[in-house]
Amino acid sequence: MSTPTPGTPASPKPAAEQAQPSALKALLRHRLVWPILALVLVLIVDAIISPGFFQIRIVQGRLFGNLIDILYRGMPPAMIALGMAVVISTKGIDLSVGSIIAVTGAVMAWRIHEGDSHYVILLTALCVGLACGLWNGFLVSVLEIQPIIATLILMVSGRGIGLMINLLYGGTNPSFTSPLLQGLSTGNLGLVPTRLVVGAVMIVLVWLLVRRTAFGLFLESVGGNAKSAWLSGVSSRLILLSAYLISGLMTAVAAIILTADTHTSDPVTSGLYSELDAILAVVIGGGSLAGGRIYLDGTIIGVLVIQALTTSILTSGLPPEYNLVVKAVVVLIVLLLQSANTRAAVVSLLARRKG
Amino acid sequence: MKFAHWLTGTVFGASMLLAGAPAHAVTIGFSQVGDEGDWRPAFSKDMQDEAKKEGIDLKFADAQGKEEEQLKAVRAFIAQKVDAIIIAPVVVTGWEQVLREAKRAGIPVFLADRDVDVTDKSLTVTRISADFNLEGRLAGAWLAQASKGQCNVVELQGTVGAAPAIERKKGFEAITSQFPEIKIVKSQSGDFTTEGGKKVMEAFIKSTDNLKGICGVFAHNDNMQLGAIQAMKEAGLNPGKDFLLVSVDYVPAMKDELAKGEASASVELRSAIGKYIYPVVLNYLKDKKELPRWIKIPSDLHHAAAPND
Repeated sequence: MSTPTPGTPASPKPAAEQAQPSALKALLRHRLVWPILALVLVLIVDAIISPGFFQIRIVQGRLFGNLIDILYRGMPPAMIALGMAVVISTKGIDLSVGSIIAVTGAVMAWRIHEGDSHYVILLTALCVGLACGLWNGFLVSVLEIQPIIATLILMVSGRGIGLMINLLYGGTNPSFTSPLLQGLSTGNLGLVPTRLVVGAVMIVLVWLLVRRTAFGLFLESVGGNAKSAWLSGVSSRLILLSAYLISGLMTAVAAIILTADTHTSDPVTSGLYSELDAILAVVIGGGSLAGGRIYLDGTIIGVLVIQALTTSILTSGLPPEYNLVVKAVVVLIVLLLQSANTRAAVVSLLARRKG
Repeated sequence: MKFAHWLTGTVFGASMLLAGAPAHAVTIGFSQVGDEGDWRPAFSKDMQDEAKKEGIDLKFADAQGKEEEQLKAVRAFIAQKVDAIIIAPVVVTGWEQVLREAKRAGIPVFLADRDVDVTDKSLTVTRISADFNLEGRLAGAWLAQASKGQCNVVELQGTVGAAPAIERKKGFEAITSQFPEIKIVKSQSGDFTTEGGKKVMEAFIKSTDNLKGICGVFAHNDNMQLGAIQAMKEAGLNPGKDFLLVSVDYVPAMKDELAKGEASASVELRSAIGKYIYPVVLNYLKDKKELPRWIKIPSDLHHAAAPND
C-alpha cells in the first residue's frame, strides 16, 4: 500500500496547477476533498450499475434503502475507526479490536444466559471493552511494549477467551433474545434506525472530547513527539493509556450493536478483520500511521467509502471471487488520489504532453 | 524385576489364551482436530460414546487445531502399538512421513472428515466422511421438488475457495441445472457467518426490489440462513411462507426455525458418525479386505412440518 500523504501537501506546484483559479486550488488542497470525491465516485458507479440504488422507501415503519444500509452497516465500523483514529494519533495501533468484539459478544451472551438485567449487561459489555483497553494501554504505556506487538497479544488470544466464555454455560447454541439490546441494534426511533442515533451520540461525545478539550492537542503532541510533549508537562503515559481505553470503549459499543444484530455470540468470526478496515478508514480520512494527527470527520468519511464499496459489491451481482480484488483496486485508487506526489506526477506528465 | 514383569505378562497372556477369551479389546487411536464450533465437539463425544458401545479401547487426542500436536499424537499412538489410527486431519499436507512410520509399524490409518494429500495412496486405508457435493445435490433436489421445478433462487455462498462452498454449489447446480425454470439469479459470499448472511440478504432485498420474483434461498450453511431469515423479517417478508429456504448443517437454532416454519429445509451434517466409522475399521482389522478410497456417509434432510402451506 502506498504511503498516504495528507490532503494539505506542501509540495512544489507544477505550472499547470498554478494556472488554476485560486478558489478551486484552495478547494483541491482541502484535506477532505479527496476522500469525499472517492465517496462520490463510488456512489456514481452504483447509480450506473444498479438503477434505483438511491431509492429510499419506508418499510415496516422505518427508512429502507441502499443509502440507509450504508449508514446502518457503517455505524459499528465507524465506532471502531474513531477509537482507532485516537490510538493512531498517538503513533500507536490497536490490532485487538476484532478480538475485543469477540470477547464482549461472548460475555453478553453468557450474562444473558445467567439472567442478569439487560441494563447491567449493557454496562458490563462497556466495562469489558474498557478492561481490554486497559490491558492494551498498560502494555503500551507502562511496560512500553511496541503497540503493534502489545495489541497483537489480545488479538491472538481474544477469540480463544471468547470460546472459553461460551463453554461456561455449554455454549452450543449461544443465541439469545433481548428486547433492550436488539432494540438498540435493529430497532428504530421513529423512522430512523436506533443505531444511527447511538452512533451520532458517540460521534458527538468523541468530538467534544477531542476537539473541545485539550485532550486532542495532548494526543497529537504525544503522537508527534512524545519526548517534547513530556518535557512540556504532558503526561504521555496517561494520554497513551486513555487512548487505548477509548479504543476499547468504542469497540465495545460496536460489539454490542454487532452481537445484538444477529443475537448470537460467535467468537470465531465476529468482527473478523475489522481492525484492518478501521485502520484503512483512518488512513483514507487523512490520518497518518506516523501519528501526530487526528481527523474525526475524515475517518467517518473513510468508513463510508469502505462501506459504500462493500454495499455496492453486494448489490452489483459480481461473482464473490472478485469482492476482494475490486475492493483492493478501489482502495489503491483512493490512496493514489490522495497522494500529493502521485497527483504532481500526473499533472507534470499531462503538462509535458501538452507542451 | 524386568524378568518378573515379563513373566507375569507371559503368564497372564497364556492364561488368557487358555481361557479361550475373545480377542483382546481393539485399541484405536483417534486424533481429532480440536473443539471449534458446535459440530466438532459433538463429533468427538459421539466417537467416544460409540467406542464404549463397541467395546473399543479408544485413545482420544485433541490437536487443538495445531498440526504439530496432531503429528505428536499420531507418533504416540504408533509407540503405544494401537491396532488402528483414525485421523481427522488439521491440514491436508505434510502427512507423508508420519503415515510411512505408521505403515512400517503395521498400523492401518483411516481418515475421518477431511482428506490428506499424499502421493502414495496406500498409506491410508480409506476416508470415511460426509460428501459436501451430495449435501448440495440433496438441497437442490428438495428445492426442485418443493417448487415443482420453477424457482428463481438467491444463493448465499460460503467462504470463497473453501471446499464445502465449492462442492455444495456444484452439487446444488448439478441438480437444479436439470430444470430449465430453476435459475440462480443472485449469488454472493456470506462467509459462512450469521452476520455475513444477514448483510448479503439485506443487499439482495434492495437489489431485487424486496425479493420480487424470488422463490427460494439456498445457503451453504445454516448460520448464513439464520442471518438471511433475520434480514427478511426485518424487511417485512415472510421467510418459510412466501419463500423456500434450504440450507446445510441442521444446527440447533435451525431446528427451532424449522419448527416455527420460518425455514423450509436443512440437510443434516451428521455429528453422530461413529456408527459409520467403527464398523469399517473393525471389519478391516478382521479381514484386511481392500476398501474403496472414500466411503461416503449418507446425508439426511429435515424439513418444516408443512412446507410452503
